[in-house]
Amino acid sequence: MDKFDCIIIGAGPAGVAAALTLVRKGLTVAVFERGEYPGSKNLFGGVLYSTILNKLIPNFWEDAPVERHITKRRYSLLSQNSEMAVEFDFDDFNHPPFNNSFTVLRSKFDRWFAQKAEDAGAVIFTETVVDDFIYDNGKVSGIKARREGGDVYADVIVCAEGANSLLTEKAGLKEKPLPHQMITASKEVISLPREVIEDRFSLNNDEGMALEFFGGAVKGMIGSGFIYTNKDSLSVGVGCPISVIKENNMKPNDLLELFKSHSVIKKLLRGGKTEELSAKMIPELGYKNLPKLTVDGLLIVGDAGGFVNPSLYREGTNMAMYSGVAAAEIILEARQSGDFSEKGLEGYIKSLKDSFVMKDLERYGDVPEKISEMPQLFKEYPDAVLKFAEGYFTISDLSKDELHRQAWKGFKDKVSIGKFLWDMYKARKAIL
Amino acid sequence: MKIIVCVKEVTDTAVVLKIKVDSPEIETENLPWVINPYDEYAMEESLRLKEKHGGDITVITFGNERAENILRGCIALGADRAIRINDKSVKGRDSFVTSKILAKAIKNIGYDIILCGKESVDYGYAQTGQTIAEFLHIPCISAIKKFDVFPSNKEAACNREIEGGLEVVKCNLPAVFTAQKGLNVPRYASLSGIMKAKKMKIETLELDTLDINPSDFKPKIKITNLSYPPKRTEGKIIQGLLPDTAKELTKNLKEAGLI
Repeated sequence: MDKFDCIIIGAGPAGVAAALTLVRKGLTVAVFERGEYPGSKNLFGGVLYSTILNKLIPNFWEDAPVERHITKRRYSLLSQNSEMAVEFDFDDFNHPPFNNSFTVLRSKFDRWFAQKAEDAGAVIFTETVVDDFIYDNGKVSGIKARREGGDVYADVIVCAEGANSLLTEKAGLKEKPLPHQMITASKEVISLPREVIEDRFSLNNDEGMALEFFGGAVKGMIGSGFIYTNKDSLSVGVGCPISVIKENNMKPNDLLELFKSHSVIKKLLRGGKTEELSAKMIPELGYKNLPKLTVDGLLIVGDAGGFVNPSLYREGTNMAMYSGVAAAEIILEARQSGDFSEKGLEGYIKSLKDSFVMKDLERYGDVPEKISEMPQLFKEYPDAVLKFAEGYFTISDLSKDELHRQAWKGFKDKVSIGKFLWDMYKARKAIL
Repeated sequence: MKIIVCVKEVTDTAVVLKIKVDSPEIETENLPWVINPYDEYAMEESLRLKEKHGGDITVITFGNERAENILRGCIALGADRAIRINDKSVKGRDSFVTSKILAKAIKNIGYDIILCGKESVDYGYAQTGQTIAEFLHIPCISAIKKFDVFPSNKEAACNREIEGGLEVVKCNLPAVFTAQKGLNVPRYASLSGIMKAKKMKIETLELDTLDINPSDFKPKIKITNLSYPPKRTEGKIIQGLLPDTAKELTKNLKEAGLI
């Protein structure tokens, strides 16, 4: 087997972004992907932020299999049977670059993206698992692929293996994550005719909508749900920390069934047919617990690096692409000096720190911990708030003043105002 | 020894197929395509033959550009040459048309042993191998589970499974053999094989170079209708506690005439 300039493990957004950047500069790059084709095993909720992609492939939306661009956002607080929502509709997002937010289906999108790298000269080995790194005097110098003649060498390796980071753990760069640091998300793609989607969510043409559900999305347990509109399907899903799923003795799929059976959600999915069921782990490690990102001859990018913004923005793929490009740029620099040691690659960390990736990760770094300390955000508070609203809007023979007093009293009986305000302050700081 | 392996691209059996609304055809857009699993056994057997007796392997398919992927897969495994006969100008096709065209191409290449899958998992007519043999006027042994070649005698022996027993059959070479499941366990491609396959150019053969009458392209059979298998009726869950549930179950089974 020939030696490559760079080996990349994983053909997801991070790995492919790195590959594309490197082959465009004339490097020989091998990408190893365990799936049948790039994208076959890749999954996310459904909204791609594309600031980095648009730099890599300008006006990519003209060519890429994108579903809809997001012009509408809706944030809901659910109790067991009611909803309070705020909705935004931005006509300005109808123009290029479409606010860099698109719904996509990853099996199609990642395949397209990987094809771009392949067309530019990257060699992609599919259905090939990488079992381990090869070391030479402590420096990572190659990989062991699970095939005959599977020892392949390169100057530098980029590990873009994703959330289930067996290699990164094996190399001692990352601890096994704790159950509350991993979100298990289940998702269904539910088909509906195009016109139905556009009427139901009040959309024109290729406009799309992202709906996020908090509070009692899953019976008051910690977790949240979403619905994103594709062309002729909806991405519907729900995520919960593994610790919570375990405590409640549930299966990830039970959560999704609970979410789908919520009276508010049911109406939005009416008449749809489930086409696809899938699940994914999302690493919400927290800023303090990020893995070591470089060692001699190796860089960690994407989900394997824990680059996920757990806040309202739910950003992951864009960060992954940034990290891929950043790793590639450092590799190009390191080639000048021929120094692929940890020291030679340290510019990668600096590049991440100077960018939105580390800034946002630091800003939202303790969301998982904060949230797991405040289960009341998901049950007591939404119930109390919505009960208050219900009382406020209940029509009766009482004077409105009396009505308001009763609703307010009902609220105060359920929650302590001081603690409620303090929790809200903490939650706002952590999530918004 | 010249070994020919005929392969076909089929849709992955794991996917749910949709029938076109306006014609008895399968909706083929966005489907995953793979090599016909029986052809994988044929391919593996060719590699074992080559390892044992030497020779070269030509893998051939009659299909569109997409089908080059399965040819590349065969190159990665160790085929020496890959040929795609372009099916662009052929409208309808059945086993007759495919066999006629393959036979013609194979004749031009030259052959000692022709290996096919015993059938394709999509339509499953199980005719192509036999019909190729007929057009080439050579023997065909179908659904083989063991294969031995005796180059010095120009002979081959095969095991076939028959109802209640095993049959050992011999024939003279050249001949066509169609592979049954169990003939071998196909190997995985090596990394260097995959590399080689990525770089290798697939030869494309246009039909007009094959000297075939246009009448030969007319299928002999025509699909007039395609329909879905009958839907399974919904199951029934009996809820409650024993012994009531057992009684209820017995009652239900009796009503259904099952006991």
